[in-house]
Amino acid sequence: MSVLVDDDTRVVVQGITGGEGKFHTDQMIEYGTNIVAGAVPGRGGEHVSGVPVYDTLESAVTKHDATAVVVFVPPAFAADAMFEALDTSVDLVVTITEGVPQQDMSRVYRRLQETDTRLIGPNCPGIITPGQSKLGILPGNIFTEGNVGLVSRSGTLTYQVVDNLTQRDIGQSTAIGIGGDPIIGTDFIDALELFDADPDTDAIVMCGEIGGEDEEEAAAYIDNNVTTPVVGFIAGRTAPPGKRMGHAGAIVSGSGTGTAASKIEALESADVPVGDTPATVADYVESRL
Amino acid sequence: MKLHEHQAKGVFADTGIPTPSSQLASSVEEAVDAADAIGYPVAIKAQVHVGGRGKAGGIKLAENEDEARSAASDILGMDLKGLHVEDVLVEEAVDFTDEIYVGVTMDRGAGKPVVMVSARGGVDIEEVAAEDPDAIVREHVDPAFGLHPYQARRVAFEAGLGAVATDVARVLSTLYELWEDNDATEVEINPLMVTADEDVVAADAVMNVDDDALFRHPEIAEMESEAADDDLEQKANEYDFDYVRLDGNVGIIGNGAGLVMTTLDIVDYYGGAPANFLDIGGGAKAERVTNALDMVFSDENVESVVFNIFGGITRGDEVAAGINEALEQLDEIPKPVTVRLAGTNAEEGQEILNTDLVSVEETLEAAVQHAVENAQEADR
Repeated sequence: MSVLVDDDTRVVVQGITGGEGKFHTDQMIEYGTNIVAGAVPGRGGEHVSGVPVYDTLESAVTKHDATAVVVFVPPAFAADAMFEALDTSVDLVVTITEGVPQQDMSRVYRRLQETDTRLIGPNCPGIITPGQSKLGILPGNIFTEGNVGLVSRSGTLTYQVVDNLTQRDIGQSTAIGIGGDPIIGTDFIDALELFDADPDTDAIVMCGEIGGEDEEEAAAYIDNNVTTPVVGFIAGRTAPPGKRMGHAGAIVSGSGTGTAASKIEALESADVPVGDTPATVADYVESRL
Repeated sequence: MKLHEHQAKGVFADTGIPTPSSQLASSVEEAVDAADAIGYPVAIKAQVHVGGRGKAGGIKLAENEDEARSAASDILGMDLKGLHVEDVLVEEAVDFTDEIYVGVTMDRGAGKPVVMVSARGGVDIEEVAAEDPDAIVREHVDPAFGLHPYQARRVAFEAGLGAVATDVARVLSTLYELWEDNDATEVEINPLMVTADEDVVAADAVMNVDDDALFRHPEIAEMESEAADDDLEQKANEYDFDYVRLDGNVGIIGNGAGLVMTTLDIVDYYGGAPANFLDIGGGAKAERVTNALDMVFSDENVESVVFNIFGGITRGDEVAAGINEALEQLDEIPKPVTVRLAGTNAEEGQEILNTDLVSVEETLEAAVQHAVENAQEADR
């Protein structure tokens, strides 16, 4: 079992002919992801790594009965690509693109509320159900099948935590990189809800970082709703106020909201232990399984 | 990207928001000439990106030429919360009866813009928000439609602005339009002054523009070089790195914002002090690695460097080749470098690394501890 993606997920890659799109299509196919088609305007009729390409996303999705779309479109065109994807009514859209303008994303987010589609990202590494399917750029080889669900705002930090888990022979049910932007489709609460309802996820790791109030809201949600044990990690304890730490969303405001301390306190008061290092996160997980 | 006050005022004035007459000056003589031309009294205001400029001595009033000269010489060249003041804005001092706050920002939780008005302008709005949240009237905006005029009127009337409410509503509508047209993340007028004749004038202007949207605003992107505040941060812009300078002595290079932040935190956890945040990004090749080392070595506070790469798209062997190439060019290694490679092609990378030039550690914890020890030894 898993959440959102599995062997039955049928994927269209938007932007399949670009450098990143092509490279990661190959990686996804190699991992076992069922990539059924690609979409790039003006490139219909071509093939990339044996995958047929269509001019419009709509024709790619309908001809191949696709259930998910992965977006590898450059930032200036990413919002348009997401609007196109939302109009096809697929179940899942995963946007890898980093650097989508915030106001573009605000309009996409507004459209998203009118649909039944789930969006992951933008600016995220994607989602993986080990041994079945990955949508995005996560390095498949570090993941192993298991019963820990992972949700994280950061890609490489996810890899680090997965590595610490794998060293203790703890595998993952599904790992979701929700992305580091201020406006994202799937947030911590959505992911926690999915994992809590998944009978094969026995513990959840939530990796947050400074900026915004998503972790505090997630902590309140956990306190009231989640029965599966959760272990936390918060990056950015040493971040100074007013400076953007890489991710557009990772900024402690001048007035001191969005700090690591406030997030850690919120999680701990919801009985979620927060590791000082990724290794201690793995210790906590081990003791809760 | 943060615009300076004078840059933001230029944008505001172009849209018809009333601003006091003003001139930018970078020497005392220019400031005095500007003050004479504008007419006294004038306000002389430091153009640096710090909050609370007034309290810190960065804003002074001058009633005559002598006072203008002394204020300008006090402020120009002063160090304001770590930033050097190179320009002042000389501005007509507005005689006011009330100070109002108006602003537009993105409510990230709601995913939509929010406009705000308060009758309690002139002080830090975050203080007002903390002490008396009801004094700020907010309204969410549907990004598909923009701010309707009635919404702007509603917040202005609800804020209790009385006679000037419709004028403030008009300013707010204009402010929202310029927020949208310029891909701003934040625009703010604090204070919007009300004069004895019940006119409104923008006495300050804040405008931050989304870095990710600068590609479609070349006229604003051009202002950036003027707005850079730190030499190393300027250099990072040229190299296209996400970089933040801190005041410790352990230089940190890594890939991915979350992992780099975590590396900083672990340096602190083991008793060290991070000198910087530097994310080389995904898929980094040799040249970026060389540039990253150049950045960190350029910071005179740095005594030790830790490289922490967890490869996804980034390949360990390419990073290792870049580290070798960068260090082999140098006559001597300025500061000890500790490298930790994991993930894609990490083993190949570890085999390539020239261990005469760097120390290699297997885990994040070991690499950080080693780098912290090196820095502490240098301090002794």
